[in-house]
Amino acid sequence: MRLEVNGTARDLDDGTTLAAMIEQLAGSTRGSAVVVDGEVVPRSEWRDYPLRPGQTVELITAVQGG
Amino acid sequence: MDDPFVLAGVELSSRLILGTGGAPSLQIVDEALAASQTAMCTVAMRRVDPATSGSILDVLDRRGVRVLPNTAGCRTAAEAVRTAHLAREALETDWVKLEVIADERTLLPDPIELLEAAQTLVAQGFQVLPYTNDDPILARRLQQAGCVAVMPLGSPIGTGLGISNPHNIELIVGEAEVPVILDAGIGTASDAALAMELGCDAVLLASAVTLAQNPARMAEAMAAAVIAGRLARLAGRIPRRHHAHASSPTEGMAVF
Repeated sequence: MRLEVNGTARDLDDGTTLAAMIEQLAGSTRGSAVVVDGEVVPRSEWRDYPLRPGQTVELITAVQGG
Repeated sequence: MDDPFVLAGVELSSRLILGTGGAPSLQIVDEALAASQTAMCTVAMRRVDPATSGSILDVLDRRGVRVLPNTAGCRTAAEAVRTAHLAREALETDWVKLEVIADERTLLPDPIELLEAAQTLVAQGFQVLPYTNDDPILARRLQQAGCVAVMPLGSPIGTGLGISNPHNIELIVGEAEVPVILDAGIGTASDAALAMELGCDAVLLASAVTLAQNPARMAEAMAAAVIAGRLARLAGRIPRRHHAHASSPTEGMAVF
C-alpha cells in the first residue's frame, strides 16, 4: 500500500502498524511522534494502529534546538 | 552552599540550561554538555531524517541530562499546542519550552498567541515554560495563566547582544512567584553573570556556546559565570556611589 510519509510517497506492506512503520523509518519508536491525517496519535495506540493506503503521515523526532 | 534550583517541583543540579541548536556535530554538543555541567537541555521537534546518524537523545541520556522540548518555529498558538503534544508523545514529558514567534526577522515572541497557547497547554496538564518578551506585564499574565516559569529574553535569539533592558528583567524578577529564566541574547559569560546578578533563577542559552570558536571552553565559562552571578546576587552587592569611598583606614597615617 502507498502512503505519504513526511511529504514522500512510501510503499509499505499491507497491514503495517504505526509502530512497525516508525521502527522501520526511524530505527526505534523512542523519541518519535506521529501525526496521521492531521491528528497526533498517542503512543499507547501505535502497536494496534493499522495504517491504510492513502494516509498522510508526519513522523517527528527530537533534533538539536535552542 | 545549599541553594537548590527547583523547577516545577523538580530539583535541578545546575542553573545553566543549554540549548543544543547550532552545534556542528553531536560530538561538540557532548563536549559542551560535559563542560557546562548542565542538568537540562532543549531540543526541537522535526521530521525524521533517515539519513541522520546518531540522536541528540542518546547524547543527553549518556550525560544524564533532562530533555526540554521546545516549540521553535511555531507562529500561532494552534501550531505550538500541536507541537507540544507531539513532543509529549515523543519524549514522554509534559514539560515544554513554549515558543510562539511573530516573524523570522526578529524571532520575537508574539505575545497574544503566546498567552493563548500557554492557557491552553496549562489546561491540558502541561508544565509550560514560556519564552517571552522582557515585558513585566506579559510575564505577570503568563504566571497568572499557570506557567511554571517565565523566560524573558535578554535580546533577540542569536544576536548575542546581552541584556538590553536590565531594568525590565529586574521588574520581572521583583514580582515573580515562579522561577525566572533569562532566555536568549546571551553573547558571553558576563551577560550570564549579569542575568544572575539581576536575580534570575537560571539562564538558558544556546548559540553563545554552540557557535563559539571553542564551544566546550565557552560552556565552562558560562557555568562559572552563572555560579558567580548567583553568589553575587545572594551576597548582596554594594550600592553604586557618585564619589570615592576609601577602603583603607583614614586614621593613623604615618606623619613624615
